[in-house]
Amino acid sequence: MQAQQQATASAALVSDPVALALWRARREGFEAATSAQRIPLLRSSANHIRRQIIATIDRAGLGHIGGDLSVTDILVTLFEGVLRIDPAQPAWEQRDRFILSKGHCAAALYSVLASSGYFAPARLADFAAPLSPLNGHPNRRKVPGVETNTGPLGHGLPVGVGCATAAQIMRQPWRTYVVLGDGELQEGSNWEAAMYAAQCRLGSLTAIVDRNRLQQGASTADTNELEPLADKWTAFGWETHVIDGHSYDELLNVLGRAPGDKPRAVIANTIKGKGVSFMENGVEWHHKVPSAAQVEAAIKELAE
Amino acid sequence: MSKEDSSSGFDCRQAFSEELATLAQTDPRIVAVCNDSVGSSNLGAFRKAFPDRLINVGIAEQNMVGVAAGLANAGLRPFVCAAAPFLTGRALEQIKADVVYSDFPIVLCGMSPGMAYGELGPTHHSIEDIAWTRAIGDLAVIVPADPEETRSAMRWAVNAARPCYMRIGRTKVPAVMPEGRAFELGRATVLRPGSDVTLVAIGTMVTRALAAADQLAGEGISARVINAASVQPLDEQTILAAARETRGIVTIEEAMVRGGLGSAVAELVSQQHPTLMRIMGINDFAPTGNASFLFEYFGLTPANIARTAGELLRAH
Repeated sequence: MQAQQQATASAALVSDPVALALWRARREGFEAATSAQRIPLLRSSANHIRRQIIATIDRAGLGHIGGDLSVTDILVTLFEGVLRIDPAQPAWEQRDRFILSKGHCAAALYSVLASSGYFAPARLADFAAPLSPLNGHPNRRKVPGVETNTGPLGHGLPVGVGCATAAQIMRQPWRTYVVLGDGELQEGSNWEAAMYAAQCRLGSLTAIVDRNRLQQGASTADTNELEPLADKWTAFGWETHVIDGHSYDELLNVLGRAPGDKPRAVIANTIKGKGVSFMENGVEWHHKVPSAAQVEAAIKELAE
Repeated sequence: MSKEDSSSGFDCRQAFSEELATLAQTDPRIVAVCNDSVGSSNLGAFRKAFPDRLINVGIAEQNMVGVAAGLANAGLRPFVCAAAPFLTGRALEQIKADVVYSDFPIVLCGMSPGMAYGELGPTHHSIEDIAWTRAIGDLAVIVPADPEETRSAMRWAVNAARPCYMRIGRTKVPAVMPEGRAFELGRATVLRPGSDVTLVAIGTMVTRALAAADQLAGEGISARVINAASVQPLDEQTILAAARETRGIVTIEEAMVRGGLGSAVAELVSQQHPTLMRIMGINDFAPTGNASFLFEYFGLTPANIARTAGELLRAH
């Protein structure tokens, strides 16, 4: 029995035609919609993703629920409305590159990838199971749609700078988007990458900071203050935007802009645990696993 | 800069830079990534020939290795060129997560390894790199012994398309490899047959092991000399044959004795064919001195290698 479960959980992830068709239909609907019509489309997708995250973490008994919920609207906006990707061809050379530097929020990423058809959403049940390709942190050799393995913090932006540098050298039009945690910005490697991206005028590179103001054990302000954060990015030579990271309107507005001649930093102010009232802004929900009653209450709050 | 090495022989960095330019001529995927080390990595000619393909990130090794991963993600073939201590020491987690675990075809070129920087001291020596890199996933760890082996290993690495760490020596060495011998991962080269004792060496120590074998021959001791350029994976067959056919193994490396070549050989023979061994290398931070003085200081001389091998045989 155990061996059978492991064999199922360890099966390779392949593109799922049903989820893919649904994602394509949503993207077509999104493209055809007016700006005002797009907001409810994304909200509906985000609600679905949040419910899926809660269910995934509930089944696995582990995960980083607070950060998953704070980054959901950013991920949904990218995958449902911004990225030029073909989930049927994860290695398509012209694809936009998306890197989740805060790799501990894998459950959110996996949920969005599954909903985009990179693999079957049913496989989310294998999150963190023995031998599962869906490890606690994303692995590009096991999960289609993952560009580089993340987990240790401060790794995604340098790799994103490499992707954008390659686009510049190879004169390719693809764009690179990196989502970072705010606490993660305490890692110095980010600032090495930020300096060099500006030096090379990597206009095709966008860094999005999931600014939920909480890290594992406390607020960023009480740990190692990041402010004035926008001034830091600007001083490093980036075009900087500060937005509401739960406003699809603001996300679409900034992420939809054509590349300029500087790399773009988007500080997306978010709420850790967003969407579930008793999790919002609670530092303990960094990686706490909800009880059965809390799962039920959370799903109810996230109903359509 | 440390003083020029005035001894005779070849600086493998020269062969490296020539080969890199040659490979880049025919393979547009090849790019060089460095950390303000255009001079020390001999990349001046490469930059002149391929200005768009030299990515100099400045003094920022973590970013350097991460950028290489991003370049590889896009289909390019980065050679990351930086002084070995900073490449491996400063960016070890990037090597682990972004290169090896992410499985990108990147050649990490540790320039001027070992104690090549002599008087600049232990901060600039790279003696821990073999222990560090050998422990990471399936990273290939390669220590060429001469310029031709350096070139051959580079050609192999481009075709192999896998994560590699390669030491590129600065300390001058003579040609030691037989002509036309192509590098292969997991294959050592028996440079001299012998039946009493085996000397397994890498990099700068190969020529010293050969000289020690000459001395031993004068004493009537037949020493086999193996160049184990592929440190990870080791050529198990060749090492085990030596364990069976000779009465002891002496390993010699310009690296820490904890975790390097000697450890790799000991891990193998202790489990498959227990054999008396002596592990020669460096056992602590070096005092001030140039590389050749430090070789003497740590006993990495032909005379001391021969003496150690002789004592090992008498220990039977």
